[in-house]
Amino acid sequence: MENFDITLLQNIAYIFAAILFITGIKMLGKEVTAQKGNVISAIGMFIAIIVTAINIVNPFVVLGGILLGAFIGSVIAVKVKMTSIPEMVALFNGFGGLATFFIAWSEMSNTNDNLFQYLLVILTIYIGGVTFSGSLIAFGKLSERLKIGKGHLLTNLFISIFYISLVSILVMLVLPMIGSLPLNFEIIFYVYLALVMLGGVGFVLPIGGGDMPVVISLLNSLSGIAAAFAGLILVNNVLIVAGSLVGASGLILTIIMAKAMNRTIGNILFVGYAASAASSSSEQGEVKPINAEDAFLILENASSVLIVPGYGMAVAQAQHVVRELGELLEENGTDVKYGIHPVAGRMPGHMNVLLAEANVSYDLLAEPDDVNPMMDTVDVAIVIGANDVVNPSATEEPGSPIYGMPILEVANARTVFVLKRSMSSGFAGVQNPLFFKENTRMLFGDAKESISGLVSEFKD
Amino acid sequence: MEIYILLGFVLILSIYLGLELISKVPSTLHTPLMSGANAISGIALVGALTLTQDTFLQTVIAFLAITFASINVFGGYLVTNRMLSMFKKK
Repeated sequence: MENFDITLLQNIAYIFAAILFITGIKMLGKEVTAQKGNVISAIGMFIAIIVTAINIVNPFVVLGGILLGAFIGSVIAVKVKMTSIPEMVALFNGFGGLATFFIAWSEMSNTNDNLFQYLLVILTIYIGGVTFSGSLIAFGKLSERLKIGKGHLLTNLFISIFYISLVSILVMLVLPMIGSLPLNFEIIFYVYLALVMLGGVGFVLPIGGGDMPVVISLLNSLSGIAAAFAGLILVNNVLIVAGSLVGASGLILTIIMAKAMNRTIGNILFVGYAASAASSSSEQGEVKPINAEDAFLILENASSVLIVPGYGMAVAQAQHVVRELGELLEENGTDVKYGIHPVAGRMPGHMNVLLAEANVSYDLLAEPDDVNPMMDTVDVAIVIGANDVVNPSATEEPGSPIYGMPILEVANARTVFVLKRSMSSGFAGVQNPLFFKENTRMLFGDAKESISGLVSEFKD
Repeated sequence: MEIYILLGFVLILSIYLGLELISKVPSTLHTPLMSGANAISGIALVGALTLTQDTFLQTVIAFLAITFASINVFGGYLVTNRMLSMFKKK
């Protein structure tokens, strides 16, 4: 009877936890309530963990694991720099996937005669394992520790293993129907575990840095789906509800990101940008460089300025000087807005986080649909380390690989300043005609130094 | 088998609910939403706590599952909170 009471209590508490997760994630969708929403979802998590821990098997293992994980997670979360958020989200996400991988592995021994349970275990191992190793590769790519990409020999090897791993799911699923196995089942099972882990590497390795916003969102979605599947295995409703919410939110972000690039998810994952993107446009002409002094004179007389940040701002850690420049312009009577493209940077909303860190009010940030119609009223558009998201080929050149991608149409502004390290092309490997336009001026150099130069001109 | 029908019901409704809840999120919040959702996927911790630990291998697996899920939960919520505390309107 006592046992029954605990299970009942747990299930009631799980319902509460599920309500808190749903409320929390809803509140995360609005600026004003987002922080409270996160706290509410954390309370839900706390309740779910506490009631589960009431009848734990082995307190040393359980408490030891929780304390160790809490310590590592908290240290990383508190110490991480805001510019490193993309790789850290990828890492945490991978750990969630790894946990479900272990859960399914452990439950393998409870599948005995239940074929459906066996199928669930095999699938959950796959989703959790691929989420883990895929996220690790994403982490390596985002933190620039891993430089192997498409076309490398190792990449091709791992891609093959990825396809083999997909086939191995089918093999595992039909295995129970074969009477006598040529090998010990345990050996086959361990080979499967290894294939899954290596397959995840092959899944993410060929995908380029610019497509990372899509990959991170997708891995995020997969970790949720893995948790939901683990819930099916363990017959635990709170895992199913929470996992499904994460799976759905990740899926929506993935779709938003793919739309912002005008590509299908399949194209991003398995094709990548056409390598033959040696876009013809030979009539490009000359670029017109400008120095900080002249740029300042133009900015001083501008009545409206649009700042368009890209990955280059993150690399140069220029968000604080950008905010300073914005404030100086405002003091000078200029109307300042920030044009943010959904896929600028390496994760969804990357630029928004950096500008928030630098204390830029979020109502100054505008999306392409809001700024494009009034682009011709903008006196100066300052492009900071962004390339493909402002490339006019997307609207003008039907043959371009990025044709059709919604962009920030800065070319329509009266003057465009492009801050850039060199003339190299963006992640899509496409040359950018914007640099050669009549109204474009190039301010070469490190984004942070260039902006600092403008800021000191203002202060003099 | 009946239990899976019930669980499947919960699964489908939750996914549908999730899609409805999140369909209109301003791009300002894309990162915090992803990071906050990521923390929720640490719910695997609840599953990890219930694993059987009869053999040594099972104990090791359970310990690893608990540890990694805990990193996901604690790290995820803390970093999301840190991020959101920076989002301000002046």
